[in-house]
Amino acid sequence: MIEVKNLTKFYGDHKAVDNISFSVKDGTVCGFCGPNGAGKSTTMNIMTGCLSATDGTVTIGGHDIFEEPMEAKKLIGYLPEQPPLYLEETPREYLRFIAEAKKVPREKVKGEIERVMEETQILDVADRLIKNLSKGYKQRVGIAQTLLGNPKVIILDEPTVGLDPIQVVEIRDLIKNLGKRHTVILSSHILSEVQQMCDEIIIIAKGKLIAYDTAENLEKLLQPKVTLEVLTDATREESGAVLGQIAGIESAQYAQEDGLLLIRLTTVPEKELEIRKLLSRKFAAIDRAVLRNDKLKANLEEIFIELTSPQPDGPEENREEEA
Amino acid sequence: MTAVFRHEMRLLFSGLTAYVYGMFSLLAVAIYMMYYNLSMGYANFEYALAGASFALLIMIPILTMRVIAEEKKQKTDQLLYSLPVSTTQVVVGKFLALLLTSVIPLVFVVAYPVILKQYGSLYLPTAWGALAGYIMLTASLLAIGIFISSLTESQPMAAGICFAAMVLNYYMVKLAQYATSSAFGSLVALIVMEFILALLINHMTGNSFLAELTGGVAMLGTAAVYLFRTDWFEGLFPKILENISVYERFYEFVDGVFDYTHVVYFVSVIVFFLFLTVQSLEKRRYN
Repeated sequence: MIEVKNLTKFYGDHKAVDNISFSVKDGTVCGFCGPNGAGKSTTMNIMTGCLSATDGTVTIGGHDIFEEPMEAKKLIGYLPEQPPLYLEETPREYLRFIAEAKKVPREKVKGEIERVMEETQILDVADRLIKNLSKGYKQRVGIAQTLLGNPKVIILDEPTVGLDPIQVVEIRDLIKNLGKRHTVILSSHILSEVQQMCDEIIIIAKGKLIAYDTAENLEKLLQPKVTLEVLTDATREESGAVLGQIAGIESAQYAQEDGLLLIRLTTVPEKELEIRKLLSRKFAAIDRAVLRNDKLKANLEEIFIELTSPQPDGPEENREEEA
Repeated sequence: MTAVFRHEMRLLFSGLTAYVYGMFSLLAVAIYMMYYNLSMGYANFEYALAGASFALLIMIPILTMRVIAEEKKQKTDQLLYSLPVSTTQVVVGKFLALLLTSVIPLVFVVAYPVILKQYGSLYLPTAWGALAGYIMLTASLLAIGIFISSLTESQPMAAGICFAAMVLNYYMVKLAQYATSSAFGSLVALIVMEFILALLINHMTGNSFLAELTGGVAMLGTAAVYLFRTDWFEGLFPKILENISVYERFYEFVDGVFDYTHVVYFVSVIVFFLFLTVQSLEKRRYN
């Protein structure tokens, strides 16, 4: 459905997007993840024809966005980072304009507007001025706009930013529903959020594509090993002997904590539980106490930060891209 | 294009803008008609229109300041870029909406000469000819205003620059009389104009090299021509001012001349500035 090839974008001398390629299949929900200033908005702006690219191509449903912008744009509904709303209009008037601009046949305009308003649950505010709506409702109006004309692809730039937790949950549910009938691409700088909603995840940082895989694969990639932490009053030799009796431990590191021995073990997720049970039994058997026997929760966000952290070659430019 | 046009019309008419504009437009024509035709007893409705054209100096900036600056400020321009509507269609749609808004009150004005004719001898064709000129003048000024609105995100800024441009246009010919007609004066004036043009190119393209190149070549070229053909520069600047003034063309219609070259001139001004507006918007995608 969407093919991005060797996309590069310079703002003056600043390389905002650096040779990114990926393709999104029909009917997937794809998450774009990366810290602020990573090039997410820039990439999305280029994919929707709002911005030119310095190099590379974007094809939507077989139509090149630069060569055949009209055909390609008809297949896209786009919600930029700041919902593009005319504050002096009501949602109904606003949606009417978008429907007309998207060339929805005249006799279908009214039905289309009702349909998308129902889908995004904004019927109760349909005739209030947009400037008087809450942020959550404004976001919904923005999403409603993308659905007009039933485009195959829906692109949402940070759809949950600035919403309160309840609204975030509502918008997430809404997006999950959209994924059943559209190809959805959304961006976020929160990995766990993308993980919840998306089938496929693209991680970019400093304009470069760092990882592109399905959510499950990426999870495995990010957490291939489980780390266990054991605090005991056994000596190092005793502990070594205990560990030697347990199969499946891949590595062990020793450290001191409050005069006790702290052991860090790594293993594969499948053996984690069994090893923890064995550990407490074996230490008890040699009359040693186990004060702690925990699985270290691998923090996704930490791994994400590690993956996307700037290389030591220069200061991080935290510059927000401008459309 | 029709979607943009209808949307723009709805924005203009759902607020007060269109009504206030219409009121002032009619008021201006009415005041000058009172003065010239009813008090002074001139049998030329054209004079009333010539007087009313003064009000456009304020009305055009107020009508056009919002049109693109607001889109940029509210980031709705991103929406326009992502819709299956070309930039040209957006600009033309907006222009037509503004034109229609400013023409609607003038529909009433069509009847004025007919009413006046009941009470004296009035030559209708020149009156209506002047009205046609007035509409073309309005359209040209609108195109200039739309272009200025596309240069900035700030409405007051757009209104201010537009007002300055309108005033300059209005007084251009009077200024031209005071402007030095000496060859050296024309040279200095031309070089200043070329410098301003270079600044504008720099602002629009963001390409300082291109601006310096065009500005430098134009200025050096002018200076070189001055050195070899000083006599060409005698009275050149006032002549240029007279020729580029939109108002001066309109006064020809007021004088009862319906010259098709002036129509062509107005159409060129409109096309030129709408083209620049499209470029100014397109540039945002290529920054």
